[in-house]
Amino acid sequence: MVTTIGRSSRWWFAIGIAALCVALLAGVMIGPAGPTWWRVPLVFLDKLPFITIDSGVSTSEWLIVWQVRTPRVLLAALVGAMLSVSGASYQGVFRNPLVDPYLLGVAAGAGLGATFVFTVNRAGTSGWLVDPLPLAAFIGGLLAVFVTYVVGTAFGGDRSSTTLVLAGVAVTSLATALQTFMLQRNTDVVRQVYSWILGRLSTATWDDVRLVVPYVVISTTALLLHRRLLDVLRVGDDEASALGTNVRRVRLVVVVAATLGTAAAVAVSGLIGFVGIIVPHAVRLLCGTSYRVVLPMSLFVGAAFLILADIPGRILDNPAETPIGVVTAFLGAPFFLLLLRTRQVAR
Amino acid sequence: MTSLALENVSVSYDRSQALVGFSDLVKPGEWLCLIGPNGAGKSSLLRAIVGTTPHTGRVLVDGVALSSRPQRRRAQLIAYVPQTPVLPPDMTGREYVLLGRNPFVSHFGSEAHHDKSFVDDILSRLDLQSLADRKLANLSGGERQRLVVARAIAQEAPVLLLDEPTSALDIGHQQKALELVDKLRREHGLTVVSAMHDLTLAGTYADRLSLIHEGHVVASGTPTEVLRSETLAEFYGVSVNVHTEPDGSIAIIPRRGS
Repeated sequence: MVTTIGRSSRWWFAIGIAALCVALLAGVMIGPAGPTWWRVPLVFLDKLPFITIDSGVSTSEWLIVWQVRTPRVLLAALVGAMLSVSGASYQGVFRNPLVDPYLLGVAAGAGLGATFVFTVNRAGTSGWLVDPLPLAAFIGGLLAVFVTYVVGTAFGGDRSSTTLVLAGVAVTSLATALQTFMLQRNTDVVRQVYSWILGRLSTATWDDVRLVVPYVVISTTALLLHRRLLDVLRVGDDEASALGTNVRRVRLVVVVAATLGTAAAVAVSGLIGFVGIIVPHAVRLLCGTSYRVVLPMSLFVGAAFLILADIPGRILDNPAETPIGVVTAFLGAPFFLLLLRTRQVAR
Repeated sequence: MTSLALENVSVSYDRSQALVGFSDLVKPGEWLCLIGPNGAGKSSLLRAIVGTTPHTGRVLVDGVALSSRPQRRRAQLIAYVPQTPVLPPDMTGREYVLLGRNPFVSHFGSEAHHDKSFVDDILSRLDLQSLADRKLANLSGGERQRLVVARAIAQEAPVLLLDEPTSALDIGHQQKALELVDKLRREHGLTVVSAMHDLTLAGTYADRLSLIHEGHVVASGTPTEVLRSETLAEFYGVSVNVHTEPDGSIAIIPRRGS
C-alpha cells in the first residue's frame, strides 16, 4: 500500500521531466528566423563531442539558435521553475492557496527599484560594465520583503503569519505609491517602466542566464529540501510544533529562499504574473496536494509552461513581441478553468 | 513508564491569568482528568505542557525539564490530541497518521520503511485500514477523531495529552474512543492527562480528577472525592444528583429546576 504512493509520484515525476524535455526542444526549434525546425536537434547533436552530423545549418543560423533562442529558453525555464516553486512554498508556509510569490512585496519593491533606474538616467547606464537595472530590481525586491518581515514580526508577536501578510500588503502599497509618484514626475519613462512590469524574455542573453542560475539553484534546492516539512505545516503552527517541528525556523528559511529566488527571477525577466499561482494549483489538481509531489512537479511544469508560453509571443505579431506576462495570463486562465471543470466532473 | 511533574505552571494571555500555579505529579501509567467549567484553564494547561503557549513554571518528564530538551525530543515524549485538530481536507488517513512519525524523521529526511510499516500496523490494530486511503474531508466526525488518536499513538510518546477527545462524538463513539485510550494505556503503560466535560465519563475512566475553577485547582483526588454534589454546585453552579453504582462507578444526573 505504502509503495503505491511512491510509485505513482515517480510516474508523475517522469511525466513532468518528459514534458520539460518536449518544451525545451520546442523552444529551441520554433522561432521567426533561423534554420528549419527539424534541423535544430541535428545541429545540437553535431555540436556534441565525437558526433558529426551534416545538419545543413549555416553558421549564422547556428548563432540565432545558440545566442538568441537557447538563452531565452533556458531563462524561461529557470524563471518559470523558480516562480512556481516559490509560489507553492509560499502557499505552504502561509497555508493559504491564494498567495503568490509576490505576496510580501518583492514585486512592488523590484518595480520601485527598476523605476528608480529608469527615472534617474537609463540612457546613461548603457555604457556601464554591469547593467544596474536587474541589480536595482533585485535590491528593491529584497529590501521590500526585509521591511515586511521586520514590521510583521515586530508587531505580530511571534505566532501569527497574518500580521506578516498584512505587513506585506502595506509595504506593497507604499512601494507602489512611491513608484507612481516617481512616474508622475517623469512621464517620459512610463512606457519603458510599463513594458518592464509586463515582463519580458525577449532580450535574454547568456549573461542573464548566468546571473540567475546560482539563485535559482540555491533557492529551489533549499525549498525542495523542505517539502516534507511543508506537509507537516498543513496541520497548523500549534500542531506542527507539537509534532516536533520548529515552525518559525522553517517559515523563515522557506520565505528567505523563495524571496531570494523570486527577486532574482524578477530582476532578469520583470514581473511575470500568474505563474506562481496557476502552476502549483494545476499540479495539485492533477497529482494531489502533498508538497512532496507538488514542489518537484511545480519545478518541471513551471519551467515547461513558461517556455511554451513564450513561443506564441515570438511568432504572433513578429517582429513586435507580445509581453510574456500577457501570454501567461491569456493561456493560463482558460487552461486553469478547464482543469477546475474536469476535476469537478471527475468528482 | 514515565511520570509527568508539573511545578507551579501558570499561563496568562495579555493581562488575564488563565491558569495560576498549577502543580501536580502524574504517576507513571496514571490517568489524570482535568475538569472544570468552560474557560477554567484546562486547555491552557495542556497547551503549556506540550509547549504551544507561553507559560511560567516547569514541566518535567521523568524528572527532566522539557524546556531543556530540543523540540523534536519533546515530541517523542509527549503526544497531544487538540480539541479542534486541523484536518487538511485532501490528506489521506494514512498520510495524516504518518505525521505522527515526524519527531523520528530527521529535518530534511523522509520517513523510513520502518515508519511506514509502523503506521500500517497502527491502522490495522485500531481497525482503521478502511480509512487509510480515504481523504479526511470525506470522513465522519468519529472516523476523524480515531485518526487523530492514531496519529498521537504513532508518536510512540509515553505521555498522552487529550483535550476534549470526545466532545464531537455520540455516546457510542465516546465510549469507544475512551476504551481505546484506556486499552493503549494498559498495553503500553501510557501516562494520560485529559480535559473532559462529561463528568460521568471522567469519573469512569480517570484514576484521579483535578477540578479547576478560574485558573485555580479547587478540588483534587479520586472521582468519589471530587464528584460531590455540593462541590459541583459551588463551581459549576449546577444542581445535580451524584449516584454511585454498586460497582463503585459514578453517575452525575442533573436535577430539573423547580
